[in-house]
Amino acid sequence: MVTLDHVTMQYPTGTKALDNVSFNIKKGEFVFIVGSSGSGKTTLIKLLLKEIAPTSGEITVADKVYSKLKRKEIPMLRRKIGVVFQNFRLLKDRTVFENVAFAQQVIERPITEIRREVPATLTMVGLADKYKQFPKELSGGEQQRVALARAIVNRPDIILADEPTGNLDPKNSMEIMTLLEEINKRGTTVVVVTHNKEVVNLMQKRVVTLKKGKIISDEEKGGYRDED
Amino acid sequence: MKINTLGYCIKQGIKNIQRNLLFSLASVGTMVACLFLFGIFYSIILNLDHEVDDIQKTLTISVFFDEGIGEEQIAQIGNEIKKLENIDAYKFISADVAWKGYVDDVYNGDEEYVKSVFGEDNPLENSSSYEVTLKDVSRQEISVKQLEDIQGVRKVNSSDGTAKSLSAIITLLGYVSAGIIAILLLVSMFLISNTITIGISVRKEEIAIMKLIGAKDIFVRAPFLVEGVLIGLIGSIIPLVIMYFVYTAMTSYLTEHFSLIANMIQFISVKQVFIGLAPISILMGIGVGFFGSLLTTRKHLKV
Repeated sequence: MVTLDHVTMQYPTGTKALDNVSFNIKKGEFVFIVGSSGSGKTTLIKLLLKEIAPTSGEITVADKVYSKLKRKEIPMLRRKIGVVFQNFRLLKDRTVFENVAFAQQVIERPITEIRREVPATLTMVGLADKYKQFPKELSGGEQQRVALARAIVNRPDIILADEPTGNLDPKNSMEIMTLLEEINKRGTTVVVVTHNKEVVNLMQKRVVTLKKGKIISDEEKGGYRDED
Repeated sequence: MKINTLGYCIKQGIKNIQRNLLFSLASVGTMVACLFLFGIFYSIILNLDHEVDDIQKTLTISVFFDEGIGEEQIAQIGNEIKKLENIDAYKFISADVAWKGYVDDVYNGDEEYVKSVFGEDNPLENSSSYEVTLKDVSRQEISVKQLEDIQGVRKVNSSDGTAKSLSAIITLLGYVSAGIIAILLLVSMFLISNTITIGISVRKEEIAIMKLIGAKDIFVRAPFLVEGVLIGLIGSIIPLVIMYFVYTAMTSYLTEHFSLIANMIQFISVKQVFIGLAPISILMGIGVGFFGSLLTTRKHLKV
């Protein structure tokens, strides 16, 4: 589903954010990518979303070879990837329903589908009764669940979560992780980029550890590895 | 683009204008000023042009022949005149017709008096001529020169320069108005571009999310294009409405209160003015709005 083949990313400033990184994520896998700040996690997310292009190496996601993608094909690629951010990135002037519906509107889904899919997705993340509320009226955990609903409503092949528990307390963190696991069980590949030790250790999933742009370990059912 | 997507984009475009009302109003205001000015120049030029056309229809050039010239040669000269490019029509005026016309004009057709003075003589015996009308009076000088160059032509009499100077004024007015309007259109475009830029910066986060979710470029841009086109459209309809009433009021005021003007100029009806003015104004408004926002979105909304 996701393949990085000898990917190196060097910024014009000279900083090497990723250094000859290769790994493979199979369809339906649940993978943590961990590492402290400066390890290259953010760069990896930007590369996977094709916001930037690697200096060398090849990235393939959902059978799309990035170096061969034309600019106008990027939206189609991104429709296969659902993204969740640390700071939720919800639209403050829209209700819970509108925030989730927005994801379908921008990819031009028919209105009948939006009316059907949005309530079903909100029920799945446990926010069916809060669809009229605005983000500021919700707790952090609830906001992240809205973001998660927005990411999965278009049924992407992969969920890419960037520090999804970064702004949440342990209870809410675990709730989000449980939801991600549920989504994963339905067949969606889940990639969680994090440095939340507790969550990683509790989940017992595959863990890829990055340090200074290199992979220093890749373990099945691993725990958070202290690099130092 | 699907119908409900189009609906969504139009809705967002209207929302953009509402969110950014002050700047949108400034853009509309400039556009209104610009296109109102255009309307004024357009109707003045159209009326003057109409007047020149009228004058041109009555304006004739007389071509006189060398003394003692034969009928065949006169016919030959007629053929030469026909070949010239700016000639609208030409008519042979015999000496008798010319004398009759002179008698009518000068002696009010008092033939008995004329007979008592001149007898049966025709003082204009050598004044048979061709009466020529031109297609374009502004090129009268060239045509006169060409007529003079025809063999057997003694003299060419051209009438006054009113039409010619009127044409020159129209041309000058055309240039001046085109200049002023071009500058104002640029200012409008700049203001619309500014309005759109502010709209984009206000919605920066929303646009970023849209792109990450997989919105196509056109979907991200369309609301801003709609915004630009709407500003242009509103900015062109308002001056047209104002122009309609101002033109009707002005022409009837001038005709009623200034008999001199009423005698000189036959104003074109407001309907005739609007047949051209309305589509041109609306196209200019929409065009400036569309390109103003297109350039801005291209600059600011790269993936």
